[in-house]
Amino acid sequence: MARFKVRSLQFALLLTVLLGWELSVRLGWVDAFFFSRPSDIAARIYEWFVSGEVYRHLWITLLETVLAFLSGTLAGVALGLWLALSPTAAAVLDPFLKALNSVPRVILAPIFTLWFGLGIASKVALGFTLVFFVAFFNTYQGIREVSPVILANARMLGASGSQLLRHVYLPSATSWILSSLRTSVGFAVIGAVVGEYLGASAGLGYVISQAEGVFDTTSVFAGIVVLAVFVVLLDVAVNLVERRLLVWRPEPGQEGGTV
Amino acid sequence: MQDCEKTTPAVELRGVTQRFGDYTAVQGVNLVLTAGEFVAVVGPTGCGKSTLLNVIAGLRPPAAGEVRVFGRLLTGLNRRAGYLFQQDALLPWKTALENAALGLTFAGVPRAEAYERAAAWLAKVGLAGFGDRYPHQLSGGMRKRVALAQVLIMDPKILLMDEPFSALDVQTRQLMENELLRLWEEDQKSVLFVTHDLEEAIALADRVVVMSAGPASRPIGEFPVPLERPRDVTEVRLTEEFLGVHREIWSLLREEVMRAHGQV
Ligand SMILES: Nc1ncnc2c1ncn2[C@@H]1O[C@H](COP(=O)(O)OP(=O)(O)O)[C@@H](O)[C@H]1O
Ligand SMILES: [Mg+2]
Repeated sequence: MARFKVRSLQFALLLTVLLGWELSVRLGWVDAFFFSRPSDIAARIYEWFVSGEVYRHLWITLLETVLAFLSGTLAGVALGLWLALSPTAAAVLDPFLKALNSVPRVILAPIFTLWFGLGIASKVALGFTLVFFVAFFNTYQGIREVSPVILANARMLGASGSQLLRHVYLPSATSWILSSLRTSVGFAVIGAVVGEYLGASAGLGYVISQAEGVFDTTSVFAGIVVLAVFVVLLDVAVNLVERRLLVWRPEPGQEGGTV
Repeated sequence: MQDCEKTTPAVELRGVTQRFGDYTAVQGVNLVLTAGEFVAVVGPTGCGKSTLLNVIAGLRPPAAGEVRVFGRLLTGLNRRAGYLFQQDALLPWKTALENAALGLTFAGVPRAEAYERAAAWLAKVGLAGFGDRYPHQLSGGMRKRVALAQVLIMDPKILLMDEPFSALDVQTRQLMENELLRLWEEDQKSVLFVTHDLEEAIALADRVVVMSAGPASRPIGEFPVPLERPRDVTEVRLTEEFLGVHREIWSLLREEVMRAHGQV
């Protein structure tokens, strides 16, 4: 019942904002040239999907996102594992990693376009630089934070080095990596869209940037709405994966008893 | 060889000292655990009981002195010992069954056989039917039972137990104590049982060792417990002999507990 109430309120809020927007434009309080109109935006989105021209862009953005996410996560986990288990390497590389991570990624976009061209590769590279550090820091942290008692217990039970990695270190890091999945996916999208925005021939970022170029605010807003829905759907997918892989974790507030 | 194992102590500490930086936790500890014996170590909190067990387990080599296990100088991990830790040590991402089978898995026992034996051990500690629960779905007492099964399934000759039942309520605790005695009597392992609860120590052990308050803690008294076996830990507490031993040991332990408090 409470859930239904929340949903109704959310719906009412959305409706109020959209109606207010629509009316403000229709009554001439704000200029349609700058703000467009919800009804026009809806019509534009409908057009895109009926004509089918938006699918190509969605597909490109999705592909870039997935590739950036997978490559960044894989590389980040590998480096995280290595550094967490090799303190010397960690000490040596620490300042470099911090310096690299502090570079605002947008600055890299033109260079990547120069190196990898206007196609998918430069966007994947941009997303990679974002996802990589999230995966790296979480893996590193996850492995460093393995409880010493759990580790000692596994060793007393006869675990070899590789068994410790497989049964203790990796599962521990996995929970960290998975809980950062949402951030990673978000970053992968940002990498793809910002890359497209700054120079591409396809993708949602490209659509928005083209529309801005001709002051077509309706298409700009339509692009933003499609992008937002796209991210929400990815988020739902991530949620499902996370739930499946973390069955062993207590729900917040549902800790085991003490008796 | 067999005879030799019977007469040489399971564990022997000679002049063991352990430091953490400048802090000397235990100093010059001599201690013998005879094969098949159940020894309890009591002492005020923070005196170095866990530190000693870690040394015997080989998790942290002593700063000075030596540890002998069945006569052999200990280097590296103690492969003859099972260790029941004071804190939760189960893998949270494995079920009770997988946790109980962990040591067998590490030893390369085929999965089907490992799980079958683990299920049998879970039943033995009263957890039949709980095999597919994750640790967070179990109560503290149940988690301790899984940990006990996890250690005992490896059939260690030496059992190191660090305040294993201190977090449990009185009923569960006495249940587990009786269970432990039953399991121990089945195949006479050598048990070193650490606790800060003197009553528990007397109820369980053949011999009680009292540690002084830290720093530089060491054993300052050893008391045989002349109580009949098999025992029921609840009933044995009501006997005259129990109270006699308790009075005797407490007069010594009391001072140390007071000293430990005075230093805080
Ligand atoms: N890893 C450690 N680093 C520094 N000090 C420690 C460490 N482990 C134990 N100590 C200190 O050594 C003393 C003995 O600790 P411990 O063996 O855990 O006591 P007990 O188990 O008897 O309560 C304590 O004063 C504790 O603070
Ligand atoms: Mg302790």
